[in-house]
Amino acid sequence: MTNLSDDDVRYVAGLSKFNLSDDDISKFKQELAAILEYVDQLQDIDTDGVEPTAQVTGLVNQMRVDEIKDYGVERADLLENAPEDDGESLKVPKVL
Amino acid sequence: MSHVLDTPISDIVSAVKSGEITATELVREALERARHDKNHSLLELIEERAIEQAKEIDKKPEGKLAGVPFIAKDNFLTFGSKTTAASHMLGNFKAPFQSTAVERLEAEGAICIAKANLDAFAHGSSTENSDFGPTTNPHDETRVPGGSSGGSAASVALNIAPFALGTDTGGSIRLPASFTGTVGFKPTYGLVSRYGVVAMASSTDVIGPIARSVEDAALVFDVLAGNDWRDSTMIERDQTSYASLSKPKQLKIGVISEFMTDSLDSEVSRSTKEAIELLKQTGAEVEEVHIPAVEHSLACYYIIVPAEISSNLARFDGIRYGFSERSGESLDDVYKNSRTNGFGPEAKRRIMIGNYVLSSGYYDAYYKKAMQVRTLLVDQFNKAFEKYDVLVSPVAPTPAFKLGENNQDPLQMYLADIMTVGVSLVGAPAVSVPVRPTASGLPIGLQIIGAQRSDKIVLEVARTVEENVENG
Repeated sequence: MTNLSDDDVRYVAGLSKFNLSDDDISKFKQELAAILEYVDQLQDIDTDGVEPTAQVTGLVNQMRVDEIKDYGVERADLLENAPEDDGESLKVPKVL
Repeated sequence: MSHVLDTPISDIVSAVKSGEITATELVREALERARHDKNHSLLELIEERAIEQAKEIDKKPEGKLAGVPFIAKDNFLTFGSKTTAASHMLGNFKAPFQSTAVERLEAEGAICIAKANLDAFAHGSSTENSDFGPTTNPHDETRVPGGSSGGSAASVALNIAPFALGTDTGGSIRLPASFTGTVGFKPTYGLVSRYGVVAMASSTDVIGPIARSVEDAALVFDVLAGNDWRDSTMIERDQTSYASLSKPKQLKIGVISEFMTDSLDSEVSRSTKEAIELLKQTGAEVEEVHIPAVEHSLACYYIIVPAEISSNLARFDGIRYGFSERSGESLDDVYKNSRTNGFGPEAKRRIMIGNYVLSSGYYDAYYKKAMQVRTLLVDQFNKAFEKYDVLVSPVAPTPAFKLGENNQDPLQMYLADIMTVGVSLVGAPAVSVPVRPTASGLPIGLQIIGAQRSDKIVLEVARTVEENVENG
């Protein structure tokens, strides 16, 4: 299962939104394969009929009233971190 | 005579309230020490705001932590200051609001004086993976302080401040505490609000204190724990006070036998056994306990956690905040160029592993399988807790390793967490408390683990160890 190909790594880099050079691909291929080979030990464990665990405190959905709550965060402080803005909103490259 | 800053937190608070010392003097002293941070434990000082807050406290010294300076790991948002998570991705990020943990501490009079170094995005076990250079171990500059809260632990070991905030996803509080001779406490999952903390893996991320004593850690934890409407994953507090520790009676302790093997460093083995013997002498009943699934906990962790990381780090897209590269033509180019150049190799590895194990065709074999193994871990730990009040093990198989020793091989670095990740996956509380150091003076920590919501017992047992162990 851990026979990763260059194309596998390119595919997963694409899902991750990374531009990787061919050198990067071959380096990550080795590292990722080693990690996947290590985690493959789980295949030997019998988990037939075992329910998966996603969270551990038994909480179920936390419902709340659908209303606007004040988080006390200022627009100006948020925009200060924006790569590009027009003083009111974030600017992004043209989508359409 | 020692400085007030070096005394237990309760004494510092008394000294501030009685007027023996002012909060301003304490903050100035802590900042002065921070300027002589020989191990690069800190990334940024918060001078102006800290002095202003101290002056306010001096007008009316109130609160459980009145005038006590502290340090926050740089993945806690500290309003108005830089919060980088030690990554170039957030190199210029200025926190637009306050994390709840810092807010709660400030409400009790504590003062944040600096931000501590960490492995970028808390991905690492040595603090070598900081984009701003590694932190070294105050006990031996050629060695790592552990990670990812290595800066927090080192700053406390250096006595810059009495306590620091850390985060623990798979051992990131306990490991550095063990390597630096400090007390590191990871509470039960969900007791401390994570609002305003840079997320790593949401099903195991926990916030906790690193301090110089169990009593100090308990006092800080008592202030941290409590509901916050802005974090919907929280559980209710189960104690009025986590700070009033009693002496535990008729303890039943299980020693996790899977972690007491021949591959353990001989001095770690000796110090662990010695601490267990001391617990016996205080009247505890001690037995070996088998938790077979812990043998696979690291493999389980390195599927589940990267999966959650790939999701949590998807928000770094170069649009709203963080590193952004806008040279490309399309929106997709902005995403790709920003993420490719903003994230370091370890974040990239973890994101790609996460996206791989979640992708169609591999989900069942990896992610679902790991979630099933997680169930086995939970069941086996729970079974052990039916019989034992706490479980003990070393925190790590070795004392602090050398800088550069493990950072060329990602898997080798992951193995440093082999004894801590299982506890994270079951959401249990655990502490690292110093036991007898190596002959050459390197600290060693004992891990004490309790069932969920037995935080207080865990701290009480830790205090018993602290009181009885020959430390130094």
